[in-house]
Amino acid sequence: MMSNGQHDSIPGLIASLKRGNLTRRDFAKRAAAIGLSATLVNQVIGTQAQAQDAPSRTDIGAEGIEHNTDTSGGTIKIYSSWPLSGATEQLGGDAVEAVKMAFADFGNAAGGFAIEYEALDDGILANNGAWDAGVETDNANRAINDPDCMVYMATYNSGAAQISIPITNQAGLVQISHANTYPGLTKVTEGITLEGEPEIFYPTGTRNYCRVISTDDLQGGAAARWAYNDQGRRKAYILHDNQPYGRGVALVFQMVFEELGGEVLGFEGFDPNAPDYQSLMASIADAGPDIVYLGAIVNLNASKLLVDLRDFMPADDVIFLGPDGLFNQAFVDGAGEAAEGSYITFGGIPANFLEGAGADYAEAMEAVLGHIPDAYAMYAYEAAVVVIQAIDKAAAKDRAAILEALMGTTDFHSLLGHTWSFNAEGDSTVQMMGLNQVQDGQIVYLQLIA
Amino acid sequence: MDVNWNLLIQQLIIGLANGSLIALIALGYTMVYGIVELINFAHGEVFMMGAFFAATVVGLTGVTPQSAPLIIIGAAALALVSAMLFSAGINFGIDRIAYRRLRRAPRLAPLIAAIGFSFILMNIAIYWKGGNPISPPALLPQKYRAYNVLNEWFGLDTTIRLRPLDLLVFAITIPILFALTWFVYRTRSGKAMRATAQDRDAAALMGIDVNRTIGMAFLIGGALAGAAGMIALYYTSAARFQMGFRYGLFAFTAAVLGGIGNLYGAVVGSLLIGIVWSLSDGFMKTLIGGWGAQWTPSVIFGVLVLVMVFKPSGLFGDHVPEKV
Repeated sequence: MMSNGQHDSIPGLIASLKRGNLTRRDFAKRAAAIGLSATLVNQVIGTQAQAQDAPSRTDIGAEGIEHNTDTSGGTIKIYSSWPLSGATEQLGGDAVEAVKMAFADFGNAAGGFAIEYEALDDGILANNGAWDAGVETDNANRAINDPDCMVYMATYNSGAAQISIPITNQAGLVQISHANTYPGLTKVTEGITLEGEPEIFYPTGTRNYCRVISTDDLQGGAAARWAYNDQGRRKAYILHDNQPYGRGVALVFQMVFEELGGEVLGFEGFDPNAPDYQSLMASIADAGPDIVYLGAIVNLNASKLLVDLRDFMPADDVIFLGPDGLFNQAFVDGAGEAAEGSYITFGGIPANFLEGAGADYAEAMEAVLGHIPDAYAMYAYEAAVVVIQAIDKAAAKDRAAILEALMGTTDFHSLLGHTWSFNAEGDSTVQMMGLNQVQDGQIVYLQLIA
Repeated sequence: MDVNWNLLIQQLIIGLANGSLIALIALGYTMVYGIVELINFAHGEVFMMGAFFAATVVGLTGVTPQSAPLIIIGAAALALVSAMLFSAGINFGIDRIAYRRLRRAPRLAPLIAAIGFSFILMNIAIYWKGGNPISPPALLPQKYRAYNVLNEWFGLDTTIRLRPLDLLVFAITIPILFALTWFVYRTRSGKAMRATAQDRDAAALMGIDVNRTIGMAFLIGGALAGAAGMIALYYTSAARFQMGFRYGLFAFTAAVLGGIGNLYGAVVGSLLIGIVWSLSDGFMKTLIGGWGAQWTPSVIFGVLVLVMVFKPSGLFGDHVPEKV
């Protein structure tokens, strides 16, 4: 909640209720505490009922942080860096719009400073928009070398984060991601993360990176449990794109599926530049799996892989399941009819299924974009609010102070309706995983599986 | 070790189909090299443009899987011919604009021009169709993708799959290969091409219009690439601006493998690469633990390195004195 700390008088409480800074339940509790009769409380609430039925997206955030829209302190620059072209054009573009909207919702100001935002692209169009190590290095260096830059909002791809975190770490610049899910960026997960992770990403020994999304140890595990327990699948074939994210989430799936008692027929990397996967699919079909798990991102030829997969393994016999790297309309459009019935996990709920403050956000975004916003954009909005509140809290144009305030975000009320904090490693304390299915060319949300 | 015959035969079918596709592209490479000793690195992109144009033409005809069979066949044939003309035009145009002016320039000049055209065409393709893969407009109902000729036509009880699409690749590729051979070895223009390839100055003295003859090689090579583009569009049911790079690289490798400049060599080299590709994708993981499909390019280029080390002129490089 954004609050102004002036509640404990009846006019103050009513004003807070009117502004939407206070829920009806909280109003009733506090009003009763200072002696207002229940009848009067109900009367006041009754007049506000209509306004309260439509919670606003600006209700989210941690409580007790005063928002300061004064800009006399000068300008603070925020850079973001994620792919904005090719297959990730919409995915990246929607996230940029969400960040812009969040900053605008809070008056493009925080902590006594004007907020200036610039979105950088870390992808290469000639690579279907896929992130590139060289471009991500340039972007991170640009951010650390700009004396006005206080926060680096990056990245979308975990592999790109592995490049930029050490750069921002040495500059003492805080980095926040709305989409990185590879566990090794923040913590050790046995069997998945590589030796030396995550320490190798933090050369100064001080953590400067956090993320507002659930990690792949949850994602791959929840997917494996759903496949084994709910769908009764026993023979899995696992493919991955050889990237930290794709291989990492595939490894978790493999580990959990085997722990449950399932058989993994193959665990194999594919060549993302191959024009045809029929031979690969013929050999997989020959092994006889009842589920194929693909740890990959959409830019690396994942649609084509699914097309060839379905030629050899019809959807009636073999389930196709993939992680949030495929949670993208471009993946579905690229695969056409072959995508029908595919299952995709995502650490959250798609925009059109959000409620309360989330629904208000989704509606506002749709009005700007002209389409239902990409699911990740919600986390980009949330990350931007985290940034605003951190600057409000630090109230100084100082990288160290803002880093401390941001990493110390606690009890943040989210667009999804729950409340989370960053733990010491920079991960969100609330971890959730949703299951989605492609139906009639659209990704449809089914249920939470964790 | 037990041999999985079903899978082996299946991989050979896929390998031969992909190999045939590569052959159509490789012929363009090898013809141009044979006649002007230029590696036309833009050739893969000429192929890609053919695929895009075919998709556009089929889209314009408005044909759907529900249309009458004759109309569907007509639309497919129209797309094939249009793609061939389109790619031929591009290839001829590149020669006319750049390569012809560089005929007497140092060898590196046209080579760099070719790489430049490769990027220009890729960027045009991005501008035209975007960066995402496109699916071709459907010509046949979805069920035909899984239709097995061996089960349905021959009543065989087998899991080996031979689709009408696989047959179509052979049905288009093989006649084109024979027609090309006939053209080069039996016609007057073909004779002029062979003469130009052997000695350009002598051919000019004999009254052969050398530039016209070279332009002809670019036209034919482009037309073959356009045909390959249309076939690849439907065979792999996807097209994107980068598709020319990998197919082009395989085709170039095939041409070198067979002995660059040699038509038969290019075809044999292509089939060989198609088969190595599918066998590597299919069996490498069972032969070497921990290996998988991601190693296939290494295997293919490993074969190329081996052939080059032991037979630098390629498999057929020495046998055939006439190059085109």
